Amino acid sequence: MRWTRKDLLGLEELTAEEIELILDTAESFKEVTTREIKKVPALRGKTVVNLFYEPSTRTRVSFEIAAKRLSADVINIATETSSVQKGETLIDTGTNIEALKADIIVMRHNCSGAAAILARHVGISVVNAGDGWHEHPTQALLDMFTLKEKLGRIKDVQVSIVGDIAHSRVARSNIWGLTKLGARVMVCAPEILIPPGIERMGVEVTHSIEKALQDADAVNVLRMQFERDSHGAFPSHLEYFQKFGITTERLEKAKKDILIMHPGPLNRGIEIESSVADGENSVILEQVTNGIAVRMAVLFLVSQARDSGNADPH
Amino acid sequence: MGFLLPKAMKEKAKVLDKGGLSRSLMRIAHEILEKNKGTTQLCLIGIRTRGAYLAKRIAECIYQIDNVRVPVGALDITLYRDDLTLVAEQPVVHKTEISFDIGNKNVVLVDDVLYTGRTIRAALDALIDFGRPKNIQLAVLIDRGHRELPIRADYVGKNIPTSRNETVEVRIAEVDGSDEVAIIEKG
Repeated sequence: MRWTRKDLLGLEELTAEEIELILDTAESFKEVTTREIKKVPALRGKTVVNLFYEPSTRTRVSFEIAAKRLSADVINIATETSSVQKGETLIDTGTNIEALKADIIVMRHNCSGAAAILARHVGISVVNAGDGWHEHPTQALLDMFTLKEKLGRIKDVQVSIVGDIAHSRVARSNIWGLTKLGARVMVCAPEILIPPGIERMGVEVTHSIEKALQDADAVNVLRMQFERDSHGAFPSHLEYFQKFGITTERLEKAKKDILIMHPGPLNRGIEIESSVADGENSVILEQVTNGIAVRMAVLFLVSQARDSGNADPH
Repeated sequence: MGFLLPKAMKEKAKVLDKGGLSRSLMRIAHEILEKNKGTTQLCLIGIRTRGAYLAKRIAECIYQIDNVRVPVGALDITLYRDDLTLVAEQPVVHKTEISFDIGNKNVVLVDDVLYTGRTIRAALDALIDFGRPKNIQLAVLIDRGHRELPIRADYVGKNIPTSRNETVEVRIAEVDGSDEVAIIEKG
């Protein structure tokens, strides 16, 4: 298996083998993060630009640490303080970064498809760190890495994704990735937060949290993004917690060793009870740790594909 | 078994068979013990893929001689190579497994073939990220010459003069199904 893509835009376009290659490579990088000297020279002399059009701390810091552990130089651009404020287009920003001889752009953008557009207009690598409601591939990859690490496999594992499925790029990337690797996926949310036709992605839909927890090996609890509720259509915090919150009481009926995952940041007392977030089934902080290894693998693979001249143009 | 060779490549000669290979490893084990005056502070670290298996075998030989199990680790040097873009086959990053402290140890690095010396240069960089060994020695099954760096082996199974358009293939049972060493001519 060879990695030939210069970019990582989403999991929809990847094959199961490509996803497995990233996960296997990440396993080797995880060993690097356990060493006393957590740094390898693989990306020495390369420059990684973090271009963030949306506020993000954890993803940006995770990518920054990953790049630094590979010995790359890292530049962070937060668009609130850049020439984007003067009206520069995305493509102009991208071609300027390329002209500065950077090697990889890691981009977070509020528009779905932005990473793909940028990737078409620059020759350097683009890694999607979240585009609108579309995809957040490295988050899904680290979720899958954690699942595989904890359960030993992904095939035939039952995963429930609970929360705002409609506005969630994390949910979409997880669904693409998990179904490709043979997991069974159920999504659970109030009706208004389930996009119509999602069954066509190969998932089961439920509006009952009890049903979502019943047979699950893992539950991925999404953050309720109340800031996206422009129409006042969301349930209230209390109503959501009462109907869909993951609580110790609800987990009593679930599998004893069910894994509790959350992409962060947590809304304690809204989508998840504190005692669950901090409980023994929670792997939330391990997800954060694994994110570094997964992002190291992604940066390494796209960089290597471009260097070896084998990269498919697009 | 063995490899399926592309048409343009042909096997020129077998230079070691199963018996020859195991006798070479046994002699290397004796030499390691002699030079290090026993097994105190001794450990073996093999370079993935085949060096890691050879290190295990040398450790087994040492056990047969001295009845002591020396620690054995495996080192993946992909991330330290200076020729990532030159190798035809994209290398897969494997895990490094060194479960013991190499600080102040006598480390014997083990690889199958010593050629340009660049692999060993990368391995030294990688190893030093794990600690500060007392010294590092090098054991190789085959030394085929053509060094590009000032590196030499302390223990050599067999010296084989080769030309640059030949390659030396070390095949070992764990990976390739049989134990042998062959010279392959590129067409």
